[in-house]
Amino acid sequence: MARLYTKDHEWIDVAGKVATVGITDYAQAQLGDVVFVDLPDPGRAVTKGGDAAVVESVKVASDVFSPVTGTIAEANQALADTPALVNEAPEGDGWFFKVEIADEADLGDLMDADAYAAYTASL
Amino acid sequence: MAMNTQGRPTAPTAGPAGGPETAAPKTFTGNRGLDVEEKLIFETGRLEATGVDVEDPGEFQSRLGAHARKAPIGLPGLTEPETMRHYVRLSRQNYAIDLGLYPLGSCTMKHNPRLNEKLARLPGFGDVHPLQPLSTVPGAVDLIAELGRWLLELTGMASVAMSPKAGAHGEYCGMAAIKAAIAARGETRSIVLVPESAHGTNPATAAALGFKVVPVPAREAGTVDPEAVKARLSSDVAAIMLTNPNTCGLFERDVVAIADAVHEAGAYFYADGANFNAIVGKVRPGDLGVDAMHINLHKTFSTPHGGGGPGAGPVVLSEKLAPFAPVPFVRFNPDGSGEFVETRKQAGDTATPFGRITAFHGQMGMFVRALTHMMSHGADGLRQASEDAVLSANYVKARLSDVMTVAFEDRPAMHEVLFDDRFLDGTGVTTLDFAKAMIDEGYHPMTMYFPLVVHGAMLIEPTESESKASLDQFIGTLRHLAGKAKAGAVDDFKSAPRLAPRRRLDETRAARQPKLVWSDPADEGRAEAAE
Amino acid sequence: MRYLPLTDADRAEMLGAVGVGSIDDLFADVPADKRLTGLPALPLHQSEIAVERKLAALAARNVPAGSVPFFVGAGAYRHHVPATVDHLIQRSEFLTSYTPYQPEVSQGTLQVLFEFQSQVSRLTAMEVANASMYDGSTGAAEAVAMAHRITRRNKAVVSGGVHPHYRGVMRTVSRMAEDRIDTLDPDPTGTEDLLARIDGETSCVVVQSPSFYGHLIDLKPIAEKAHAVGALLIAVFTEVVSLGAVEPPGTQGADIVVGEGQSLGNPLTFGGPYVGLFATREKFIRQMPGRLCGETVDADGKRGFVLTLSTREQHIRRDKATSNICTNSGLCALAFTIHMTLLGETGLTRLARLNHANAVKLADALKAVPGVTVLNDTFFNEFTVRLPANAAEVVEKLARKGVLGGVPASRLEPKRTDLDDLLVVASTEVNTDEDRAAFVTALKEVL
Repeated sequence: MARLYTKDHEWIDVAGKVATVGITDYAQAQLGDVVFVDLPDPGRAVTKGGDAAVVESVKVASDVFSPVTGTIAEANQALADTPALVNEAPEGDGWFFKVEIADEADLGDLMDADAYAAYTASL
Repeated sequence: MAMNTQGRPTAPTAGPAGGPETAAPKTFTGNRGLDVEEKLIFETGRLEATGVDVEDPGEFQSRLGAHARKAPIGLPGLTEPETMRHYVRLSRQNYAIDLGLYPLGSCTMKHNPRLNEKLARLPGFGDVHPLQPLSTVPGAVDLIAELGRWLLELTGMASVAMSPKAGAHGEYCGMAAIKAAIAARGETRSIVLVPESAHGTNPATAAALGFKVVPVPAREAGTVDPEAVKARLSSDVAAIMLTNPNTCGLFERDVVAIADAVHEAGAYFYADGANFNAIVGKVRPGDLGVDAMHINLHKTFSTPHGGGGPGAGPVVLSEKLAPFAPVPFVRFNPDGSGEFVETRKQAGDTATPFGRITAFHGQMGMFVRALTHMMSHGADGLRQASEDAVLSANYVKARLSDVMTVAFEDRPAMHEVLFDDRFLDGTGVTTLDFAKAMIDEGYHPMTMYFPLVVHGAMLIEPTESESKASLDQFIGTLRHLAGKAKAGAVDDFKSAPRLAPRRRLDETRAARQPKLVWSDPADEGRAEAAE
Repeated sequence: MRYLPLTDADRAEMLGAVGVGSIDDLFADVPADKRLTGLPALPLHQSEIAVERKLAALAARNVPAGSVPFFVGAGAYRHHVPATVDHLIQRSEFLTSYTPYQPEVSQGTLQVLFEFQSQVSRLTAMEVANASMYDGSTGAAEAVAMAHRITRRNKAVVSGGVHPHYRGVMRTVSRMAEDRIDTLDPDPTGTEDLLARIDGETSCVVVQSPSFYGHLIDLKPIAEKAHAVGALLIAVFTEVVSLGAVEPPGTQGADIVVGEGQSLGNPLTFGGPYVGLFATREKFIRQMPGRLCGETVDADGKRGFVLTLSTREQHIRRDKATSNICTNSGLCALAFTIHMTLLGETGLTRLARLNHANAVKLADALKAVPGVTVLNDTFFNEFTVRLPANAAEVVEKLARKGVLGGVPASRLEPKRTDLDDLLVVASTEVNTDEDRAAFVTALKEVL
């Protein structure tokens, strides 16, 4: 399934029941150098649009929202040691967490890559 | 993600002009004339060195029991001449109001008279203990009462709590009084309204007291819209926290309508008094419907900022909130003397203090300095100081408005003027670069990226302490820099500062690999070898 | 007006440049019916000599600690501050600078803060320390809030040996935040059963050593019990000089250490400004309140210092900040650090020894007074005596005889009439044999 995007600048890759979530290249550029990521513990329940993680640069702290309701399956421990991955590979190795999706209907209102590109161009 | 556009480069990038060839010639010592590089005491000090001769008490029977320290502490010492040199050298790496104009908006860097310092050190003030018998400190109590009376006269309020240790602590005190007053009415209210332009301390204070913060957006003109406040008021709103003049340097001209609406909803009006210095002697917060307001003595009344405190944040309270002031407090007697109230019992039947917020009586050392400042200025001087501060800010605004972009052009500025970064559009120069270039010109930068309501904010507060010649030179400098940015000298800005004790520092590295205390490189080497 | 550089001619010219006719035009946004028309009802400006005369007269009505035999402690201590300290903190570049937000022109303050944090960390044997709090009492309340965040619990257990005013601050802050707090009864004998109050809901245990009544407390068993139930140990001290002589809290299992630093570098000044010390373990740094200074490098690779980990703070995190603190006690921290540097390990341990020796001598002298008993088996430079009379009345009588002889426990615990005969007495390096003799003589006379 192709990557989807939220208006809050998260991306989500769905593979079966489990989806991988991160923040977009656009978002990391706005943040500046990321210095810390506070990740959710596996097993934690998250809701669509609710707080799931915190990403911090030197001057900014931002909540990262879950694009879907579900249960955290895994957090990217590499970010604990190397938060710079969020800047270097935001849509790759810099992923935040994997979430087991409760209801695939949550994906319905998300944007595809073209729609997201148009959205960021409008900001 | 909660998008926030305040991110900015926090690690230096080597610009074309960033190399060492831009600095003065290399020296053997690394020193440059009067600028001396200084190591840490952990690198120069020795465990056996000391700058204090302590008498030996001789033999005695220890009563430490099994609690005596077993291992060395690891604290290096220096002899007196070494200590003197170390800290004098370090001091020379700081900018200071005594060195030049310090235009930090919202921080109020005004002259700090040395008479204030002298009087705070009189043994009768500096060498008295907070718990020695009250019969031995009547002058100290009366000084607090006298300062309190000045504050009440200048604010038009009913009562004052003197113990808060700084502005944010004052906010806590005032908002706790509000929470207690609401509880005394048998109600619980969970929401505090905070405009988006507020200092971060406001929402943080409300949250510390268990309130939920609901933001109030600013309208186009930079002030709070009473309709936006009304739309958010309900029987669950405890208070609004409003800074006036606000952090955009504007007077909230609908303040009375806001206060009326807030009161009608059964809520309280907390005023952040950080910018009281603009209006002393011109208007009294009590006449505007304020229920509680802290006063930063270190801003308005010139107690020194000391590199980050200590401050002092007495809170003036309305009639409704006065009974809830925390212990200890000073009651003012009609004869001019003060009476010290330390406990709820002494407070009597009419008072219901909400508790205690600090161990002792507040910042006495700051009280002496502030009262000295107020008595020196007098009613006439205090009003003149406000007027001069406002005039100076408007003069800076008028003289720069053709080359920089004023954020809110159409209203008079109060004591500070807010610029945004539109004038830098297309130059490649950012607010950060512009600020750092000021350092090379001998100025401390203005407050930058605050308030959050405009892009690339630059908030300039010249204060009343500057002569016209000083203002003109500052204005000339900013005009020059604005012209230079527009002329395409972006590289000069990116590599600034080049003439300060340090060039741009790598804040990213500091935050990614926090090193908050000194560790011996030799120890680190051993630890790595062991791994 | 000696502080205002603008002349009337300047003002007129500047008004012209602004394009308004009078200064009041600039206050146009102030509601007209609220503007003051006349001056506030306060005296007019005064000369330096006139102000000095008036304030000196107020000061002269107080009895300075240094003018009498002085044994008052209970959270603030009279020590000798070397002359160098006060000279250095009045350097313009330290005194009249702001919080070091622009590190390129604030390295002086920043390096001092780094030295301060390093000294506090070593004194307490903790891994990290912040750049100071307002004082020990507010630091204690912040420590409790921090423990709640870390443990995700909300019940603090507070020892009866903690300074009563610190307990009061923690109680107020807990009540306001709608957290729970279990404060034990005052513990003048140092024998409370704290362990029994620690349970699976406990977020933190707050213990002071030396305690308010002077007892030295073994923190290890408390730390063990706390850790066993997933709680943190918060260790408090009000006399930092004690750390030159006694085991530091860090080696006894403390998770957060808070204390009052006034004793080093800072005068009594009737209760403030003082300087709160705050230290913890490295794993908790992102939950700490207050400013932190960290080491880094500049664009040329030179070592430098910056304020760091600011995303914890109110100016970035707003309602989700770890604390609302902004201004701290910068200049008091500077005084602390300079005094600490002057002392060094050698000076501090000697100073602590002298303090202890003087207190031991005083305890021995007082217990020889008929009817007086010393309650402490262990103490550092402060202890509690039981008098055969009301301690508050004794203190007043002693004051009339020119001796400031301690703090009656009842002044801080007014509801506890069973403490009316207890007097908390401190002795530091400033006391002489003559002071002690004067105290004993006066006490005998008033009893």
